[in-house]
Amino acid sequence: MTGKLLSIRGLTKAYPGVVANSDVSFEIEPGEVHALLGENGAGKSTLVKMIYGLVKPDSGDMVLQGREYTPAEPQAARAAGVAMVFQHFSLFDALNVAENVALGMANPPKTSELAAKITSVSEQYGLPLDPWKIVGDLSAGERQRVEIIRCLLQDPKLLIMDEPTSVLTPQEVEILFATLRKLKAEGTSILYISHKLEEIRALCDEATILRLGKKVATCTPRETTAAQMAELMVGSELHRPERAVTVPGAVRLALRGLSVKSPGQFGTSLKDISLEVRAGEVLGLAGVAGNGQDELLAALAGEILAKPGMVVLDGTEIGAKGPGVRRKMGLLTGPEERLGHAAAPNMSLTENALLTGAEREGLMQNGFLKWGKAKSFAEAIIKRFDVRTPGPETAARALSGGNLQKFVIGREVMQRPDVLVVNQPTWGVDASAAAVIRQALLDLAVGGAAIVVISQDLDELMEVADNFAALNEGRLSEIRPAKGLSMEEIGLMMGGAHGLEVAHV
Amino acid sequence: MDLSAINPILLLASLMVAATAVMIAALGELIVERAGVLNLGVEGMMITGAIVGFAAAVHSGSPTVGFIAAAAGGAGLSLLFALLTQVALANQVASGLALTLFGLGLSSLIGQSYVGIKPPSTPKLDIPLLSDIPVLGPIVFRHDLMVYIGIALVAVVWAFLKFTRAGLVLRAVGENHDAAHALGYKVVRIRVMAILFGGACAGLGGAYISLIRVPQWTEGMTAGVGWIALALVVFASWKPWRVLLGAYLFGGVTVLQLNLQAAGIAIPVEYLSMSPYLITILVLVIMSADRSAAPASLGRIFHASQ
Repeated sequence: MTGKLLSIRGLTKAYPGVVANSDVSFEIEPGEVHALLGENGAGKSTLVKMIYGLVKPDSGDMVLQGREYTPAEPQAARAAGVAMVFQHFSLFDALNVAENVALGMANPPKTSELAAKITSVSEQYGLPLDPWKIVGDLSAGERQRVEIIRCLLQDPKLLIMDEPTSVLTPQEVEILFATLRKLKAEGTSILYISHKLEEIRALCDEATILRLGKKVATCTPRETTAAQMAELMVGSELHRPERAVTVPGAVRLALRGLSVKSPGQFGTSLKDISLEVRAGEVLGLAGVAGNGQDELLAALAGEILAKPGMVVLDGTEIGAKGPGVRRKMGLLTGPEERLGHAAAPNMSLTENALLTGAEREGLMQNGFLKWGKAKSFAEAIIKRFDVRTPGPETAARALSGGNLQKFVIGREVMQRPDVLVVNQPTWGVDASAAAVIRQALLDLAVGGAAIVVISQDLDELMEVADNFAALNEGRLSEIRPAKGLSMEEIGLMMGGAHGLEVAHV
Repeated sequence: MDLSAINPILLLASLMVAATAVMIAALGELIVERAGVLNLGVEGMMITGAIVGFAAAVHSGSPTVGFIAAAAGGAGLSLLFALLTQVALANQVASGLALTLFGLGLSSLIGQSYVGIKPPSTPKLDIPLLSDIPVLGPIVFRHDLMVYIGIALVAVVWAFLKFTRAGLVLRAVGENHDAAHALGYKVVRIRVMAILFGGACAGLGGAYISLIRVPQWTEGMTAGVGWIALALVVFASWKPWRVLLGAYLFGGVTVLQLNLQAAGIAIPVEYLSMSPYLITILVLVIMSADRSAAPASLGRIFHASQ
């Protein structure tokens, strides 16, 4: 008996062309909150998938409570006391909460008993939840509660959480942390994956840091500064974006009472949104996912048409104009979803550069494409934004998420927009690449463009934005100067703790 | 024109018979689609079931053996679809269409020597007492067993989806196959079983036409009923009782328009012939205007990558 809950020794997993994990070892004590830190692509997800039985390691072994642990499938992992809360929720939108929970259990009780159990456990841990609600109607924070409750009902010894706070408001993060501390006090160990360093410092006892699939360090987060951990993660010192002081110019983009219906079944309609963005200004829009961000971007891009007078660009009314016209006039947009929305997955980078750059970069004449010019445009983006790819003929889907993100944002930045709207510009991008993207946005603003950054990463918004507002259920909060805003004020602007009061219907 | 020639009791009684084939086939497809698979091969599986059941019944002299063989034949053909779409990850729309064409060809090949033969007749259940009830008796209680099996199947499918764990898992797979896989459910295995059930139901439906409804074999005799079954599932919003309703509506209007034709009503025959399709779809479109949506993974190819 070693006293360890889980020991991992020399785990290695290789996929064709890439080693996801190479000889990773660490140990988790009972009742310990252990952080797994690393950039995107550092191999965190593969590692936890091996622990959860979704992926088989090539070599290495795991010992759980003194016994050999080789889960062949998630059921075996759950039976052994390992539960996992996924980063992209593994929930079923059309089913209700109780059904979703039942699906995650080996032997669920009758639905009525289960519902009662859900209610009692959810209240015990301060995560109120109505078992009969359809999951598709829940907020992101409530959905996460469903996942957590699903895990808790199995009395796990080890709870794995993959980036749990990326979809929560600061208040919801506090509630989650209170729950996790309670679990820890009851002796449950938690493996906590994140790249948000302050959270890890607040919550975790130990941290294992991965870089390029290898363990590079362990540290005690409370005794290490965020900057030190960041350096361990990235392997070099981080460059922080700098901005020159600009004096706001004329209003370039104005929304006047913008209201549009969401095209999606579970989408959020925009309600009476008014804002102005001036030349040289960066407006940061926060909000928990699913509060109208996608719809706002679509309404600005021209994918959803608005009524006349609602969208004004440089004094010209464009509410009823489509995406092509808006691009020509200088309003460029970069949506959140890289594959399938910002870029066509199976088309080459050159073709993807053509798709949005044709008009402004003159890559098209009389309906014919100028391939040579398009290729040099794609090459210019690749060079300036350090996109790691064999060349412009590579298909978009072959790029890693971070590299493709650099490409799709770079493509818009290089077209010298007058107004640029981006949604989650650095989502899934490693810290150094994120700094490059943020710097490019700031440089555009200095050059006289108006920038709207929609993001769920509050640190990012605080870094780039002059003014700040939040979207909450399709409404916009008041717009305030970003400087001097406290996290608490921001949380209230985002709508506080979502659904806390709705849950006891 | 003599509308009094139409006997409402006979009309309602034959409605139940006319609706049974399309109802059973649609129920099978409903399960398949709830599991997230779009099998457009219903017509092909029905006609295959029709001839396989017909042949088995003729050789054995027993309609029961015929129906069992028909279910096996439909399931056998659907296994081909399952291999193509679940193992070889082929496109479901193209594979389904191919399955229909293949089934039509295969059935006429098998059926060459069966044209003009009469199958053994299926006895009608004459439930004592119940079938003697005036009006209700002849309408509801004087049919062959398959009519009642069809109705029972609606109830079973409904209860399976609503109350059983297996039904919940099946719906989960159709709703979000990635999440179901992440939770450790065998997406491909569940879908293959659903496809086989769908094939068996389509086969039964087909055999109902060749053994009871028409009792003979003609090439292409299912005449688009498989396509109606497909449409029925969609417009019934993937709900079993609405399938029953839609099938009875379709059967009812079919029988009614035949009666009207016979009564010599002054509406062109072409309009009457298209009326069952039009009215059924119209009613179901209005009903499906509520917020029930298709299974979210319907028709998407599942590949268990990392």
